[in-house]
Amino acid sequence: MALDVLIVDDSAAIRKILHRVLVQADVMLGKVHEAGDGSEALEKLKTEKVGLILSDINMPNMDGIEFLTRLKADDAFKNVPILMVTTEGSQAKVMQALELGAAGYVKKPFTADQIKEKLMGLV
Amino acid sequence: MEKVTQQEIEQAVSKASREVFETMLNLPLEVDPSVMRTTIEPQSFHGVVALVGVAGSWTGTGHISCSPEFAQRLAGALLMAEYDSVNDDVLDAVAEVANIIVGNVKTFFEEKLGPLGLMVPTVIYGRNYQTRSSGVKDWVLVRLRSGEETMDVHFCLIPSRVHHMAHRPECTRA
Repeated sequence: MALDVLIVDDSAAIRKILHRVLVQADVMLGKVHEAGDGSEALEKLKTEKVGLILSDINMPNMDGIEFLTRLKADDAFKNVPILMVTTEGSQAKVMQALELGAAGYVKKPFTADQIKEKLMGLV
Repeated sequence: MEKVTQQEIEQAVSKASREVFETMLNLPLEVDPSVMRTTIEPQSFHGVVALVGVAGSWTGTGHISCSPEFAQRLAGALLMAEYDSVNDDVLDAVAEVANIIVGNVKTFFEEKLGPLGLMVPTVIYGRNYQTRSSGVKDWVLVRLRSGEETMDVHFCLIPSRVHHMAHRPECTRA
C-alpha cells in the first residue's frame, strides 16, 4: 500500500529537499502533501489521510511542539508516526518532542541517507 | 553574568558553517583566518543578505551575505538545480542556509546561556544597500571561502536588556 506523507516546514527549500529524499527512498510513496506551519498542517489533515509526517519544530503561527501535542491528543492521528526534522538542537526541546510522542528526530543539517535511515525504521 | 568571547563566536560560526557545507551542500569550504575580526557594522552591499535573530537571556543577530552568483551556486547545491538569476528558490535557499548556521550557533551557546529562541529568517536582495541592527556595536566577522567565492557571516550576541533589567535586585518584588 502506498505511503502518503505530509511535510511540515516553513522553508520551501527544506520541503523540496525532503520531497526529493522521499522520492529517492526505498518506500512505495503515494501522495506527498506540504504545509508551511502546524496550523496549515492541521487544516490539510482534515481532508488528507497520511501514514507519516515529517515536521520542523521552529515555525511561525503554530510550532512543531504544539502541532505534535494536538495530533497526539486526537484519536484519528495519534498513531501516525511523526519524525521531527529541525535546526532546534536543545536537548530540552528534543526530549520534549520525544516525550510527546515523536517517533524520531533528525537535526539540520542532515544528509539524505540520515533521513532515509530514519524512514526505514518507521515504515 | 556569563561572558561570550569573540573566539567562542568564531568557533561556533566556523563549526556550524562547515557542517552545513559538508552535509547539505557538498561544497568545499575554508574559513579565512585572516578575516576573523570584530567590525563596527556590515558594510554597504550588493547581493543577498539573510538575517536571523536570536532572543532570550542574550539577544543577537546572524547576518549572512554573499554575491548573487554565490547565492545561485548555494541554491543549486542545496536544491540540485541550476539557477541563472536570483529567484524565489535562491532566496529560500540562502535563508535556509542562514537559518541552519545561526540555529546551530544558538544551540552551541544554549549550553552556556540557557534557552534561546530563533527568529524566522529575513532575506534581502538588491544593490548598494546597508543593514543596521539597533544597539549593536560589536560584530564578529567570519569570512568563508568556497572556490573563488566568499560568504561573510557577521554575528553579534549581547545580554538582553529586558532580561538584565528583570534580574536586577531593585526590579524584584520583596
